[in-house]
Amino acid sequence: MSDVLKKVPVREQDPKVRATNFDEVCYGYNKEEAMEEASRCIHCKNAKCIQGCPVGINIPEFIGKVKEGDFEEAYNIISQSSALPAVCGRVCPQESQCEGKCIRGIKGEPVSIGKLERFVADWARENDIKPKTCAMRNGHKIAVIGSGPAGLTCAGDLARLGYDVTIFEALHKAGGVLVYGIPEFRLPKDEVVEKEVENVKSLGVKIETNVIIGKSVTIDELIEEEGYEAVFIGSGAGLPMFMGIPGEQANGVFSANEYLTRNNLMKAFRDDYDTPIAHGKKVVVVGGGNVAMDAARTALRLGAETHIVYRRSEKELPARVEEVHHAKEEGIIFDLLTNPVKILVDEDENVKGVRCIRMELGEPDSSGRRRPVAIPGSEFEIEADTVIMSLGTSPNPLISSTTKGLDINKWKCIVADEDNGQTSKEGVFAGGDAVTGAATVILAMGAGKAAAKGIDEYIKSKQ
Amino acid sequence: MYKILNAEKLTFNIYRMVVHAPRIAKHCEPGQFLIVKMNEEGERIPLTICDYDREAGTVTIVFQPIGYSTMEMAKLQTGDSFMDVVGPLGKPSEFVSEDIEELKKKKILFVAGGVGTAPVYPQVKWLHDHGVQADAIIGAKSKDYVILEEDFKKVCNLYVTTDDGSYQRKGMVTKCLEDLAAEGKKYDICVAIGPMIMMKFVCKLTKELGIPTIVSMNPIMVDGTGMCGACRLTVGGEVKFACVDGPEFDGHLVDFDQAMKRQKMYATEEGRAKLKAEEGDTHHGGCGYCGGDK
Ligand SMILES: Cc1cc2nc3c(=O)[nH]c(=O)nc-3n(C[C@H](O)[C@H](O)[C@H](O)COP(=O)(O)OP(=O)(O)OC[C@H]3O[C@@H](n4cnc5c(N)ncnc54)[C@H](O)[C@@H]3O)c2cc1C
Ligand SMILES: Cc1cc2nc3c(=O)[nH]c(=O)nc-3n(C[C@H](O)[C@H](O)[C@H](O)COP(=O)(O)OP(=O)(O)OC[C@H]3O[C@@H](n4cnc5c(N)ncnc54)[C@H](O)[C@@H]3O)c2cc1C
Ligand code: SF4
Ligand code: SF4
Ligand code: FES
Repeated sequence: MSDVLKKVPVREQDPKVRATNFDEVCYGYNKEEAMEEASRCIHCKNAKCIQGCPVGINIPEFIGKVKEGDFEEAYNIISQSSALPAVCGRVCPQESQCEGKCIRGIKGEPVSIGKLERFVADWARENDIKPKTCAMRNGHKIAVIGSGPAGLTCAGDLARLGYDVTIFEALHKAGGVLVYGIPEFRLPKDEVVEKEVENVKSLGVKIETNVIIGKSVTIDELIEEEGYEAVFIGSGAGLPMFMGIPGEQANGVFSANEYLTRNNLMKAFRDDYDTPIAHGKKVVVVGGGNVAMDAARTALRLGAETHIVYRRSEKELPARVEEVHHAKEEGIIFDLLTNPVKILVDEDENVKGVRCIRMELGEPDSSGRRRPVAIPGSEFEIEADTVIMSLGTSPNPLISSTTKGLDINKWKCIVADEDNGQTSKEGVFAGGDAVTGAATVILAMGAGKAAAKGIDEYIKSKQ
Repeated sequence: MYKILNAEKLTFNIYRMVVHAPRIAKHCEPGQFLIVKMNEEGERIPLTICDYDREAGTVTIVFQPIGYSTMEMAKLQTGDSFMDVVGPLGKPSEFVSEDIEELKKKKILFVAGGVGTAPVYPQVKWLHDHGVQADAIIGAKSKDYVILEEDFKKVCNLYVTTDDGSYQRKGMVTKCLEDLAAEGKKYDICVAIGPMIMMKFVCKLTKELGIPTIVSMNPIMVDGTGMCGACRLTVGGEVKFACVDGPEFDGHLVDFDQAMKRQKMYATEEGRAKLKAEEGDTHHGGCGYCGGDK
């Protein structure tokens, strides 16, 4: 028996090998490992872990079933609360959600809840077990905009309550950031994301791709002409930001969204797909979040020497610790306390480098983090042929600008009630990144869940 | 799936397709575009909506094969389907929301070059249908490259010019516009659509002539919804995303040199080879559109 204070270690692809392929980094637990890890859970009466999970999975109960080896029942318990367990088990920031609250974590390491959830979901998929559906249809039509985690969760919950739900998705594939943003090596598309989307469909949800709400059809038309009684907006926060420094329009400067979309959604890394991607030799990624890590690790896999340039220190990196650790193992070079001031170009407007300035941390700012200040005279140049800007995103105004009576705040986020998703417009609900700005998969799912409840109450109150 | 109800060749290098896409047909306006994707592995290809039939639920696209994806597209026949078609994208042309009586007072000139002739058509037709008369210049390399002449004649006052003089007027569209100005024609507004190099020189001329000019930009795009920033341009010193802020802009404010360099980013071997084969010696390079001078 291993040390009960420690998590059962999880097997991973060797860093040197995985730096050259797009296969999944983490292999996950096998049955024996899962059952051993499950036995570390002490089934607290007042299970704090559940409070840490925004969709409220009954964690001790599913872990108990894993311990007994009853994986099917474990899956049924999880799928009562979550439509995307194979996704969450992989990408949730567990350390600050469920595992952050686990009693085991007070003395030693918390129970590896995420890895167990992933194991159960993967096992169910491999054994062709589907979530349980609702037999009763109530005949009410609900429209869901966007097929990211928020939309899928809201749609799945409503379908389970008997609603007739259609998701409208702007892109040609369903999944939101799960398909266009998060890379294959962290979240396999065909095996994991597509299967979870299939599961949501198996609950009776219809998905119409290639429909841009606000362009192909408006929310008012959905309600007035197509007979939808309520609408949920889960359109995400997809607009990329740039720095506004000289040279940013040069060839070889990309937003992380473009770079990742070309590679993930359009599968540019595969020879049998037609979309091209720049194969840089020296790539600079600007930013320090999950998105920056993903872009950097993608560039590395496409063969580049890759630098992350971030203006604060390692402690402030907003990315998950696990992602930073993986990036370092794979050979990403971190240039911390460094900020780009200019992108250098050759006579054909191709990127040839980045001029940076060194920073030091000053007084804490309004976010509580110490503010980086430039050190005068410390400018230097990094040679590069590709620069990827990963500075954050904001919500797309396509919907808010075409829907009468839908209030937004100064960050262009849709204003919605946290408890039930209600917006300023009757019958219209919203949640996920479109409301909060870029956040996490599980918070978007939590919002989708709350809105499903809100919509159900709204429809019932009208009868 | 989006069925191709009719596929035909307009001239030896330009194709027209009528596609069943009811949601787009119902909402599109002149100036907007759509994106097609042929199959699972295909690229997302932006194309202007060149005509639409709201009752039949169809949209018309006209395209010129210039690289791998558009060459593959040219192989599609009546009865085949696109896996994905999405739209309408971009903003409609400004005049769609203007007062018709005001528009009727204006002298409007359209300048179309090459395959850019197709996107001009729905605009002139829309004006014609609303009782507004416009002039149009179609420019083409030679007689064989002229498209949609008959369609245009029905809806506007048309001038055709060919670079080599093999048909009607001789010279490029800028020469034709100079001549018309010399003949005493006055215009209040010009709309120019064609290769970037053509739009650049039309704008240079109309600036001298004092005619406000609108151009339709066709940078490289991925999603077409404002999500990736691939399509960004500098207009009047500000960064704009062509897919959501455009594709039409004030041509006198567009940084064409930068846009042309950006468009070359993914210039492919087969694209260059194709243009070279077709345009041969008459292609002098520098257009930035085809990468043929590289
Ligand atoms: C590269 C990257 C890595 C990330 N890594 C992590 C991670 O490790 N862990 C984590 O928890 N979170 C991560 N996140 C954040 C997380 O993915 C998002 O917070 C989450 O996906 C938000 O979900 P959502 O449903 O609100 O929106 P999205 O996932 O953004 O989905 C919105 C969907 O709506 C569609 N849409 C938009 N406008 C319209 C319209 N007008 N009509 C129709 N459809 C429309 C979009 O095409 C999209 O498919 C990452 C994000 C990125 C970009
Ligand atoms: C808003 C918009 C409307 C358009 N309307 C039309 C239209 O009505 N008819 C038409 O024939 N074409 C139109 N285009 C251009 C068309 O999208 C490109 O010709 C096509 O994507 C090229 O793909 P390819 O793989 O065949 O060529 P590639 O081999 O990829 O490229 C060949 C050459 O074309 C350039 N190129 C590549 N992608 C694009 C692109 N998206 N836009 C412009 N140039 C590109 C390359 O830099 C290269 O020089 C439009 C483009 C935009 C953005
Ligand atoms: S969904 Fe996320 S937060 Fe909830 S239990 Fe699973 S890993 Fe933890
Ligand atoms: S807090 Fe930790 S130990 Fe307690 S029930 Fe939850 S997972 Fe098990
Ligand atoms: S094409 Fe992606 S933002 Fe315009």
